[in-house]
Amino acid sequence: MNKATSPNGATPPHERDIKTIVNAGLARRHAAERRFRWYGLTAITLGLAFVVLMFANIINKGLPAFWQTYIQVPITFDAAALDPEGQRDPRALAGADYNALVRAGLRQLFPKVEGRLPLRALSALVSTDASYDLQRRVLADPQLIGTQQEIWLLASAAVDTFVKGNIDRGLEEANRPIKDNQIDWIDQLRAAGKIERQFNAVLFRSGDSREPEQAGIRGALMGSFFTLLVTFLLSFPIGVATAVYLEEFAPKNRWTDIIEVNINNLAAVPSIVFGLLGLAVFINFFGLPRSAPLVGGLVLSLMTLPVIIIAGRAALTSVPPSIREAALGMGASKLQMVGHHVLPLAMPGMLTGSIIGMARALGESAPLLMIGMVAFIVDVPKSFLDPATVLPVQIYLWSDLPERAFVERTSAAIMVLLAFMILMNGLAILLRKRFERRW
Amino acid sequence: MSTTAIDTQIALNGALNRNAPIRQSAGAQVTDYDNRQTVGKITVDNPKMACREVNVYYGQKHAIKNVSLDIGANEVIAFIGPSGCGKSTFIRCLNRMNDTIPAARVTGLIKLDDDDIHAKEIDVVQLRARVGMVFQKPNPFPKSIYENVAYGPRIHGMVNDKAELDQLVRDSLERAGLIKEVEKRMLEPGTSLSGGQQQRLCIARAIAVNPEVILMDEPCSALDPIATAKIEELIDELRENYTIVIVTHSMQQAARVSQRTAYFHLGDLIEIGDTDQIFTNPRHKLTEDYITGRFG
Repeated sequence: MNKATSPNGATPPHERDIKTIVNAGLARRHAAERRFRWYGLTAITLGLAFVVLMFANIINKGLPAFWQTYIQVPITFDAAALDPEGQRDPRALAGADYNALVRAGLRQLFPKVEGRLPLRALSALVSTDASYDLQRRVLADPQLIGTQQEIWLLASAAVDTFVKGNIDRGLEEANRPIKDNQIDWIDQLRAAGKIERQFNAVLFRSGDSREPEQAGIRGALMGSFFTLLVTFLLSFPIGVATAVYLEEFAPKNRWTDIIEVNINNLAAVPSIVFGLLGLAVFINFFGLPRSAPLVGGLVLSLMTLPVIIIAGRAALTSVPPSIREAALGMGASKLQMVGHHVLPLAMPGMLTGSIIGMARALGESAPLLMIGMVAFIVDVPKSFLDPATVLPVQIYLWSDLPERAFVERTSAAIMVLLAFMILMNGLAILLRKRFERRW
Repeated sequence: MSTTAIDTQIALNGALNRNAPIRQSAGAQVTDYDNRQTVGKITVDNPKMACREVNVYYGQKHAIKNVSLDIGANEVIAFIGPSGCGKSTFIRCLNRMNDTIPAARVTGLIKLDDDDIHAKEIDVVQLRARVGMVFQKPNPFPKSIYENVAYGPRIHGMVNDKAELDQLVRDSLERAGLIKEVEKRMLEPGTSLSGGQQQRLCIARAIAVNPEVILMDEPCSALDPIATAKIEELIDELRENYTIVIVTHSMQQAARVSQRTAYFHLGDLIEIGDTDQIFTNPRHKLTEDYITGRFG
């Protein structure tokens, strides 16, 4: 047998031993695989580390904001001062000088304080909201008049910050918002058990305020709620209907291709552009009110629609064609085929896409700045047309303020926002897991 | 076993062994491979459906070329041929399923009884209620067994009340030979059944609307031999009440269940005739080559 040889004299490829050849390269292949796995592991670990860092930072800063300092003050609801005519007329009661009650209560605690400045410093221990708090109590229960009560009053932001340990006693007096005599009083109150931290209901009960201890996220939450409601009510039905039409009914031609490309492009348009569009169209052209959740919802709908349409079409294409054929073969009309079979199967995917789109809309702030939802609004919005702001914008507003107490509130608001995000994404995952692939 | 059945058996044995002497003795009359004229009698005495000069185009591709063929009432007609020969395309013309493919274009005349199925006054919904279809892969709806069968009668408004519907569902399952297996689990999803049961469920679903013709596009290609045997038995029983058109890859199956067989080749209807004759004495060389296993 004449042995065939390669041009260079070596054994020709088909006569070499495949086993040794493969074994020789095996170590290199395995090393490449190990290396790739290691890259992946490092990347994920790094990513997770940053997430943990971010969460730890936010929680560390924001958690104290959920507790607020209160001072127990003996208040005498003096009938002569509050209701000299004894009519219990709500209007007269509302107009009474509750500030005097607060001042009197504080003086009762510290009778030795004399002089205009020290007295003012003493009043500054409690929030300016304390007198309104008393007013609300009296109006709610006129029986209080003529009695003396130990009442927990909201401490001022400076006191709260100090009690939380965020103001250093060692600083020079002129450099800290809380003075030596105030520190002395706080220490005395603390020793008497008349100062304590309670759950910060104000944060969830009230709208924005210039006083940190009175500022809450209720206004922003309601604003976000109304805005997202408008967004959902508009973008979900329109998005689903569009996806169904484009996927199931529209002819496939150049026009639908152009539409498809445009929808995909719209999903990538920077959100602030949608804000400008909303400003030009909804506010300037249609004359809708500024800062209104309705306009915010309209703008966010424009932003969310492409996302929902793309997710919806993907969900529709993932429904196997055999289901469509089965329905058509039974004599179902096209709309029956879609309504009875395709849409129910695609719905989980569509909902998942929509919820993720909504979560994005919840976190959006840039387009809302353009339409005036960035204003300082104290009142909690009650309808779609009331001026409002939304959570991310509230966070942006607070993050700009210098007071230490706003720093922790900013983080607290971020925590609430993140909680909603996680909730919505969790819902999306749950829906997907629950209804995935039923055929 | 009748003589024709024995002949069929011999023919099939021949199909397994291309050099069997019997195949060489049965010579074809049309030996020219390029002759694509249909051989055999395309008409029947009592046609249920009649197709004349049917052409199908997928975009530029000419998928069905000038096919004329009658489908007799209460007969089982089998379409055989190599992959891509157009037999599935042709069966889908019969209930206008090709309408769902945007690029497909169908010309020619197809009549169901006396109605032109492409006529304006024939709605595709009505046509598909009259011409039911069973697909290659069992495709029950992802709903309960009951709902699967009840779907057709419900959308067409065939029944007046729940009791009638219950009865219709039971009858359909009974005629599909499935009732014993699913009686106790009517509310379980149709997809929980085995492949063969799913296919019988699809047949029950199709006959629930009482169609005149049932089209079956390779109904057994995804099933094991036992499930296949059950479906074939069922097809034989259903012939009493329905006209059945079946596309199959298995020549044995065509020989077992059909009375007439049509052989398609690259979009042409090459030969049509009684099943016995096609398998024992094919008249076209292409048919002979196919059933003797020379290609396919």
